[in-house]
Amino acid sequence: MKDAGKKRRFPTGDLARVAVFAALIAVLGLPGGFNVFGSSVPITLQTLGVMLAGAILGAWRGALAVAVLLVLVAAGLPLLAGGRGGLGVFAGPSVGFLIGWIPGAAMVGWLVERAGRDPGVVRLVLACLAGGVGVVYVFGIPAWSLVTGQSLGQVALLSIAFLPGDLAKAVLTALVARGTQRAYPDAVPAVHQERVRAGRGR
Amino acid sequence: MTGLTGAYVPGTSPLHRLPAGAKLGGLAAACTVLVLLGSPAALAGAAAAVAGLYALARVGVAAAWAQVRPVRWFAVALFALQWFTVGVEGAAVTTLRVVLAVALAGLVTITTRTSDMLATLERCLAPARFVGLDPFRVSLLLSLTIRSVPVLTGLAARVREAQRARGVERSLRAFAVPLVVGALRHADALGEALSARGLDD
Repeated sequence: MKDAGKKRRFPTGDLARVAVFAALIAVLGLPGGFNVFGSSVPITLQTLGVMLAGAILGAWRGALAVAVLLVLVAAGLPLLAGGRGGLGVFAGPSVGFLIGWIPGAAMVGWLVERAGRDPGVVRLVLACLAGGVGVVYVFGIPAWSLVTGQSLGQVALLSIAFLPGDLAKAVLTALVARGTQRAYPDAVPAVHQERVRAGRGR
Repeated sequence: MTGLTGAYVPGTSPLHRLPAGAKLGGLAAACTVLVLLGSPAALAGAAAAVAGLYALARVGVAAAWAQVRPVRWFAVALFALQWFTVGVEGAAVTTLRVVLAVALAGLVTITTRTSDMLATLERCLAPARFVGLDPFRVSLLLSLTIRSVPVLTGLAARVREAQRARGVERSLRAFAVPLVVGALRHADALGEALSARGLDD
């Protein structure tokens, strides 16, 4: 039914990983998912999931997991933080940040893939900052300005309010990714790819 | 999971009976028109038209409010800021434009079943099989994701219980690391189960 070329491009094991990570991003955004400092500052961990998808699945599988989540959101499922979903979120001002998650996860994955078999925590932090904050803002700010008609500078100034939280989440993601990859070496993109390649040669 | 049915409100109105593809096309056209409308009067007309559509769909005020509610504070802030920079007329135009676009998109979501939306997507993806995209795998991927959400919600609850037992409720790492490792174990077992059932052939 499927030709050999396709099998090489997208093995079933990767399909399962992409699906489960898309669901993981959704679960990290569930209401009451996690509260820091008791319950005074509720923060959503959804962007944590986006960066983790890149850091653990690698560039294009991570991007695919985010894309799958966004497709389900567009189809009407309330999978975004706070139970948001439906086409409305893609008409609102935050559309660029959502779309930016796809290249953002890809950027994180691309950088982590190049960090070898045992990416250090500094490399992971840099990757999360570049992909999860840098790339996402590059997409988010112009789209926000397009939707509302505000000037780019004005929007950039407003989005500084989100910056501290996003920076903290990037560092946190790196720590979580590091912990996961030590506990489960197959969570390193380079190691996983090596193993899949070796399995195919058998 | 309470919410996995989506925001769909059952009904038999003309809007509910329209095919999903037609509604999506109409939404795209309507959003283009919204961007082209420049005067407050024209946008007031558009607002009346959107309200009329909601009335036609007979979904109730609560469902309509649920679609616009997420942007309510944003709309207030935007109006205030724009009032300062471009005056009250411009502020009304931009704010109405955003709120109406969100309301229209929400109306499509309210009147269309998630399964219909996904079926439309799969139909649109059918031509992509010529560039190597398999529609069967796409729908498998989407349904596996939907199925995985409750599985991972259960996993998250178990991890939180374990955290409480260890007395590290406040550590984010003690929550996220076991959750991600558990998710990966689940994913890899799922992948093996799928290929054992011949999905790789």
